[in-house]
Amino acid sequence: MKWVLDNVGTITDATWAHLWLALPAIVISFVVAIPVAWVASRFRRSRFTLLLIAGLIYAIPSLPLFIILPLILGTSVRSLVNVIAALGLYGVALMVRYAADALDAVSPDTVLAATAMGYGPLRRFFGVQLPLAGPALLAGLRVVAVSTVSLVPVSALLGINSLGMLLTDGFQRDIFAEVLAGIVATVVVAVAVDLGLVGLGQLLMPWWRLTMKRSAKRSPVEDKQVVTA
Amino acid sequence: MNYVVAAWQWLAEPINMNGPNGWESRMVEHLWYTALATVIACLIGIPLGYAVGHAHRFRTAIVSSTGAARALPTLGVVTLFGLMLGIGLEAPMLAFVLLALPSVLAGAYAGVEGAPRDAVDAARAMGMTEWQILFRVEAPLGMPLLLGGIRSATLQVLATATLAAYVGAGGLGRFLFLGLKTQNYPMMVASSLVVVGLAVVVDLCFEVVDRLVRRSHPVRAVAS
Repeated sequence: MKWVLDNVGTITDATWAHLWLALPAIVISFVVAIPVAWVASRFRRSRFTLLLIAGLIYAIPSLPLFIILPLILGTSVRSLVNVIAALGLYGVALMVRYAADALDAVSPDTVLAATAMGYGPLRRFFGVQLPLAGPALLAGLRVVAVSTVSLVPVSALLGINSLGMLLTDGFQRDIFAEVLAGIVATVVVAVAVDLGLVGLGQLLMPWWRLTMKRSAKRSPVEDKQVVTA
Repeated sequence: MNYVVAAWQWLAEPINMNGPNGWESRMVEHLWYTALATVIACLIGIPLGYAVGHAHRFRTAIVSSTGAARALPTLGVVTLFGLMLGIGLEAPMLAFVLLALPSVLAGAYAGVEGAPRDAVDAARAMGMTEWQILFRVEAPLGMPLLLGGIRSATLQVLATATLAAYVGAGGLGRFLFLGLKTQNYPMMVASSLVVVGLAVVVDLCFEVVDRLVRRSHPVRAVAS
């Protein structure tokens, strides 16, 4: 506890750095996964391939990805862009499955009704399908957000500042409290981001509470697990 | 692209490949860590998950344990145990089992708990004992979900095993951290490629097993 009180500044800085890596990655995950999921949901044949690729990307361990990705991006290993891109890639891989399921779950009758009312493909997607899939999309995004936040610390092994720095620094200098603080702070940030998304969901989708009860009954393994260290 | 070529050359170099410190034996070591931790997690998680699932109890506890595990930074768990238990294999192994356990537990639990009530009631009406119901009705019906849990757990451990070298154990992470410290980028890329290859191969193996299990599943509609 003493270590924490003596180092509030360090922890605060690391928390901001952590968010600065995680939040862009979460936004990228959502924005990129939606069109990919639309393709997977619209064209049945592409679904299997897209989800298989997403699954394989998600199976890649994170530290090796942080090292290999610069070869493709042309950035340095220690660049923030590299870390955000890697985190975003995992987020997209995880989100595509949720988003495809969410879009599939929209009633075809509703979509047909929208078409009959003269909605074009674009307006139908943004005006009907996306809002109806909203609650399920949010449930997926919450999983993505939590796993992204808990994945960030690995980048500290490359020397990038985040709450992971408390883990590596604490380990190297044998400060137990620092490592523990790093773990607790990461979990706190994950919970905070999750609550933030819930708040955002309530703001954007006032009808969300009604559908939440249904999603709470889901089986625990339907939420795909975090597999990357 | 030069780095890929350099990494390839690094891998092909006999001095890097063979011997107790070569990447081949480190790869075997990496797989050994993964298998050992996953098996231990299964030995604990499957009986526990089956027991709790058969009794239809503690649902919230299981769901929240997987949720909490998702929020835990793996590096934190590894370094924390590393500080507590010192250099060696015990610390990372304990961390791997801890990280693998929730997936296995949730898979075993969900498979048994989600078995159709009608089938379970029918089995009971036919005079099956509770053990027979568990092992001959619920467990086979829940096999795809259990396998999914074991798959997540294995990949989680395979990924986390890369961090074992950070706290003084072996595995393919050795070359990664050595490369980081000595700015040897080809070595880092080479070992990363081996880890990625390993993960992809293991995931594809699970995909094949998953197909086979689903094909022989008693109720295909439930499995898919």
